[in-house]
Amino acid sequence: MSRRLGFVLPILLIVGWEVAAILVNNPFFLPKLETVFPVLLSPFSDILGTGSLVQNSLVSIERVVLGFALAAAVAIPLGIGMGRFPVLNDFFDITLELLRPVPPLAWVPLALAWFKIGIVSIVFVIFIGAVFPILLNTVDGVRGVKNTWVEVGTTLGANERQILTKVVLPGAAPTIWTGLRVGFGISWMCVVAAEILPGPTSGLGYLIMYAYNLGQINVLIAGIIVIGVIGLAIDQGFKAVEKRWFGWRRLER
Amino acid sequence: MVRLEEAGTMTLVVSDVSRTFSSGDGQKVEALSGISFSVQDKEFICILGPSGCGKTTVLRIIAGLESVSGGSVTVDGAPVTRPSPAMAMIFQEYSLFPWRTVEENITFGLELRGLDRTGRAAATQKYLDLVGLKGFEHRYPYELSGGMRQRVAVARALAIEPSILLMDEPFGALDAQTRNRMQHELLSIWEKTRKTILFVTHSVDEAVFLADRIVVLTHRPGRIREIVTVPGTRPRDRTGEEFGQIRRHLLDMIREESDTVQ
Repeated sequence: MSRRLGFVLPILLIVGWEVAAILVNNPFFLPKLETVFPVLLSPFSDILGTGSLVQNSLVSIERVVLGFALAAAVAIPLGIGMGRFPVLNDFFDITLELLRPVPPLAWVPLALAWFKIGIVSIVFVIFIGAVFPILLNTVDGVRGVKNTWVEVGTTLGANERQILTKVVLPGAAPTIWTGLRVGFGISWMCVVAAEILPGPTSGLGYLIMYAYNLGQINVLIAGIIVIGVIGLAIDQGFKAVEKRWFGWRRLER
Repeated sequence: MVRLEEAGTMTLVVSDVSRTFSSGDGQKVEALSGISFSVQDKEFICILGPSGCGKTTVLRIIAGLESVSGGSVTVDGAPVTRPSPAMAMIFQEYSLFPWRTVEENITFGLELRGLDRTGRAAATQKYLDLVGLKGFEHRYPYELSGGMRQRVAVARALAIEPSILLMDEPFGALDAQTRNRMQHELLSIWEKTRKTILFVTHSVDEAVFLADRIVVLTHRPGRIREIVTVPGTRPRDRTGEEFGQIRRHLLDMIREESDTVQ
């Protein structure tokens, strides 16, 4: 019942939107649903010469995956080191705390100056967006590994490497996974925002900005819907894995 | 003090062990002082004392998890400075790896040694049978009760085939009935496997029921107050007169030690 209740508001919003669109009767302000749906229902056809929805989605996803993978590759090992060895934490902590409050998009101009317009600058901005949540969660997760687990491992004969791979990593994995999930969400926001800014000539962010410039508000809204749906789908994927692999943490008493 | 043993047996000697910790404000706190006793092969020893007497520290030092400030611990003459496969420790609670099944927990130590899957499955069956948990190999710790978890912890420790089991208040978090049952089962496991057991507890009743000898510690700094030999065959009758006498003697000592705090 409570789940069904959650669908009431979206339905009301859609109905309200359609009613408002009919009343306003201005497709440059609020397009009718029947002009948005055709765009969504033909995801493979070219839109205004910028490529199809699917093509632009794939471009954005590719950028996100690159930046996100890079961030994970840096943040997870660094986070494990910082969580396990106080010296590393003391060395990096202040620097990271200074960099962390800078919004990822503030790096865009610098990225353009360094890497010029192109995939490298976009990937760089995504990297900045994803690296901190992954890093902080990894540090937290590693610190949260119970000392008893480590001692059990040691008394059962584990060496330093085995403690890391068989005790610390699996013990911290649920928290690291949360970091990856949050990091991916931020990456997705970053890629769209970075694509809206001058430079790129493809991607969902570029598509909605281009649609705006041509007054194609129905395309713009279709683009927003696709951005939302992809973000949701990926988040659900992360959640499903969390439930499947890391259920033990929720159920631990 | 060190006796020469025949081949194949083990002697653990704790000799004049002391341990000081430095507290937050740089002051030295003496936790243990002049702890000496020796344990013969297949003996069941309880370490008993009021809370805060450092009995867990004694066990952790023997396990090689903590260092001594003075004195030494030796097994068959070789000093213990770090955890060794000759000893396995069973902790108070929540020591199982929650992401591993019962089987994966029990075979953790064997996996580290590179034993193959078939060998590990066989070991699982053997030790699950011993602790009375057959059929639970694919369960996760969160599906088990407190008593069942401690059985798994015992099985996991036995699986690496140590000669000494170190147990740190392993039944402390269990309800009284489960605790009684676990004590009975521990004795039967001990009789079947003939391990040497060092068992830390603050329960006089538990110590008298389980131990051959009870090492009674004083309040901080922990020193040995007395080593009490418990006579009589097992299973011991908790309501018997002899049991009652030893119990009273121990309770008096513990009470005196606790009183020195106030």
